[in-house]
Amino acid sequence: MDKELIQKLANYTHHAEKEKQEIKKITADLYPELTIDEAYLVQEELVRQKLEEGLTIVGPKMGITSEAKMKQMNVDNPIYGYVFDNMVVEEGEPVSVSNYIHPKIEPEIGFVLKKDLEGPGVTALDVLLATEYVFPAVEIIDSRYENFNFTLPDVIADNTSAAGAIFGTYLRKPEELELDVVGVTLAINGEIKSLGAGAAVLGHPANSVARLANMLSEKGEMVKAGQPILTGGVTAAVPISPGDYVQVKYGGLGDVSFAVKE
Amino acid sequence: MKTEYTPNTEGLAEHLASAWDKREGVQPVTVLNPDLSVDDAYQVQLHTIEEEVKKGQRITGKKIGLTSKAMQEMLGVGEPDYGHLLDKMHVENGGEISFSRVLQPKVEGEIAFILKDDLVGPNVTTMDVLAATEAVVPALEIVDSRIKDWKITLADTVADNASSGLYVLGDKAVKLTEIDIKQIGMTLYKNNVLQNTGVGAAALGDPAKCVAWLANKLSTYGITLKAGEVILSGALSAAIEGEPGDTFYAKFSDLGEVRVSFVGS
Repeated sequence: MDKELIQKLANYTHHAEKEKQEIKKITADLYPELTIDEAYLVQEELVRQKLEEGLTIVGPKMGITSEAKMKQMNVDNPIYGYVFDNMVVEEGEPVSVSNYIHPKIEPEIGFVLKKDLEGPGVTALDVLLATEYVFPAVEIIDSRYENFNFTLPDVIADNTSAAGAIFGTYLRKPEELELDVVGVTLAINGEIKSLGAGAAVLGHPANSVARLANMLSEKGEMVKAGQPILTGGVTAAVPISPGDYVQVKYGGLGDVSFAVKE
Repeated sequence: MKTEYTPNTEGLAEHLASAWDKREGVQPVTVLNPDLSVDDAYQVQLHTIEEEVKKGQRITGKKIGLTSKAMQEMLGVGEPDYGHLLDKMHVENGGEISFSRVLQPKVEGEIAFILKDDLVGPNVTTMDVLAATEAVVPALEIVDSRIKDWKITLADTVADNASSGLYVLGDKAVKLTEIDIKQIGMTLYKNNVLQNTGVGAAALGDPAKCVAWLANKLSTYGITLKAGEVILSGALSAAIEGEPGDTFYAKFSDLGEVRVSFVGS
């Protein structure tokens, strides 16, 4: 795959994100043979372009972290992308749907590390020992592809649908609670729309950070201390619309609430 | 000539019981009697339970079924149902279940209420349930159907004791003042493989609300929930099929764990 094609594909998804304009997936006509490794090269180029524009990386995010989703996509590994500073919505501020194409939200459990984690061979225990605190979070995903219809390489080249993040302020040390049985409910205007427990994320959210460290090590990179890490959806993603009031509760780990406007 | 419809309560109860002799599920009762109402179906259930009590069984509690939106939609109903628990249905935590005790079992993780006071409907509120509860314990319910391939309508499952099978209670009893029951997280494993996850609020938004529904529903049949009874308040996630050799294990936040295995008959 030559540099020109990488650039072209990164421009394609990047432009769609900036213009909030949905596009056909890359593997439809543009480049049907896109592989996972190539897709990560496109993502790297996309990240480079964003950094060049003056944006900064807030932290990594994981995707395809449930058994159901992995089966559906027919893959063994989760995927990762990056949350940028322009994607962060302060807790308590409304989420504006006009900033997105067709946004959906996922409740997640976030981690902040106190020391860098470098794979390979990182385990969930290594992660827990290296964790400064965990916190409740909501990720806004917004695939730039029509109808959220994509293959695994497509979504990787689209920065794994990363679009927004709301970080809750209820911090806990990981040893203060059992993250696999944190019970999560997502309610919109008082009605529960989705629910689950922490184990829905690769058996335990710490496994997700371990997988991230091990995947990054293949590129000679590591998971850095101090960055908020989004570990993947605890429940199915739920679409949001103006007028919604979203309340996500995390058993033993606080809550995150926000209004949705035009 | 006026023909008045009378449900054959005894006959339908015997039909369901015959599943045990055949060792396989039987035709739905609503196929034998298409006019069977849900109220009639409860009479079939009550008849079966009365017969068991005559044989020396003790009623240990009740179970509430169809407490999730998904299950209610599947059966096209707007409210839960209930069945009776008998002492022969109780299995020790960590115990083994001979497959001769079941037909087509599925396993669910639930929160069980142990009552310290009677609850007499109508007009029982969720607050009344909280006040009348001694403690909650983690539970596995083994649901089972005497009807072939689980091809059930609401009336079928109600007549069949709400598809009750067996139940296992964990060893840890926790006061409601110690926990946030709606946010209790639950993970269900089969042979150490995660099957699904759930949370307390999966049962009608609050398991205690399910118990209040039960107390009020029972009052229409002149039945009271008694102190000391065990109430299985409804599945927190989808039921998973069990086979001989399978071990099921559910882990709950704050409530601990509960485990059971199926062995060949």
